[in-house]
Amino acid sequence: MNAHMKPGNLEPESKDELSAEAKRLQRMRSIAIALALGFLVVLFYAATIVRLGGNVMNRPL
Amino acid sequence: MSGTTIEAQAGERALLNEPTVGDYVALLKPRVMSLVVFTALVGMVAAPVSIHPVLAAIALLMIAVGGGASGALNMWYDADIDARMARTAARPIPRGRVTPDEALAFGIILSIGSVLTLGVLVNWVAGGLLAFTIAFYVFIYTMWLKRRTPHNIVIGGAAGAFPPMVGWAAMTGSVSVAGIVLFLIIFMWTPPHFWALALYRCRDYERVGVPMLPVVAGPEETRRQIVLYSFILVPLAVTPYFIGLGGITYLVTSVVLGAVFIALALKVRRVTEGREGDAAAKQLFKFSLLYLFALFAVILVEHIAARVLA
Repeated sequence: MNAHMKPGNLEPESKDELSAEAKRLQRMRSIAIALALGFLVVLFYAATIVRLGGNVMNRPL
Repeated sequence: MSGTTIEAQAGERALLNEPTVGDYVALLKPRVMSLVVFTALVGMVAAPVSIHPVLAAIALLMIAVGGGASGALNMWYDADIDARMARTAARPIPRGRVTPDEALAFGIILSIGSVLTLGVLVNWVAGGLLAFTIAFYVFIYTMWLKRRTPHNIVIGGAAGAFPPMVGWAAMTGSVSVAGIVLFLIIFMWTPPHFWALALYRCRDYERVGVPMLPVVAGPEETRRQIVLYSFILVPLAVTPYFIGLGGITYLVTSVVLGAVFIALALKVRRVTEGREGDAAAKQLFKFSLLYLFALFAVILVEHIAARVLA
């Protein structure tokens, strides 16, 4: 249990503590941003591979 | 109450008031975006050449994002009048879910991101056309024409007509007659579609000072213009058959649905009073959506069928 939270008290006592609803919203936003960034990484990776095509093997080893 | 508790409550309130993912999705005007995606897809499938499916999917996604971005920028600029119209009062900015600055930043980032991604990963003709479409919708339609002239949606409608051309350009790297014909069909469809809506939403537009045709020229002139544009649209919508863009199914569909379109437009002109007048306008508005969807769907199905059977 967090040091700032008293037993049986669900109200936040400091700015570090949030209600369950606020935490849920914050988590959802974080997940949405992470998914968007991850999707962009996959998108650019896939497009790069597709555009390189067979040329990806055509290099001095 | 201690200072720390007040800080915590203020922080909590700020977090709970922050926009959700759903609010940002609403900024993209998902219903308009679905029409943009659909018409762009038809432009892509109807093109005589194809690109790698991954690149085609990226092109379609970027057209969708670009369309959504222009919607967000439109909501940013029009927040003042949106708040006073029944149809738009529930949008994220008037409801206080998203601040105008957040909407502006969101729209700009998505606009630049979608244009650059489409240009770099697919081709720059498509990227340039997408940039032009966004700029046309935001600067020409939203900022310049919408509040100044009753011809706002005639010229501004071009922005909604570009997606099939962008889709075509994404596949071919060029603009062709077929892409222009698809553009012209949506361009000529927009005025009768929106004026039918404006006829029964006239008071809303009047209250906020948007000079839609029924507000400025009156319902009688609007009804005359609806009939005029319908008589231009319907023959134009048949032309894809004659340039090889549509087959026999398209010809039959466009002729039959075109006849219904004209009949409903004439009904709007004939039945002008009271609830029957509003009902006739609503009927044309709803049918116009079905009409455009059906025309493009037939082109899509015919081209997919031709590829499967080839």
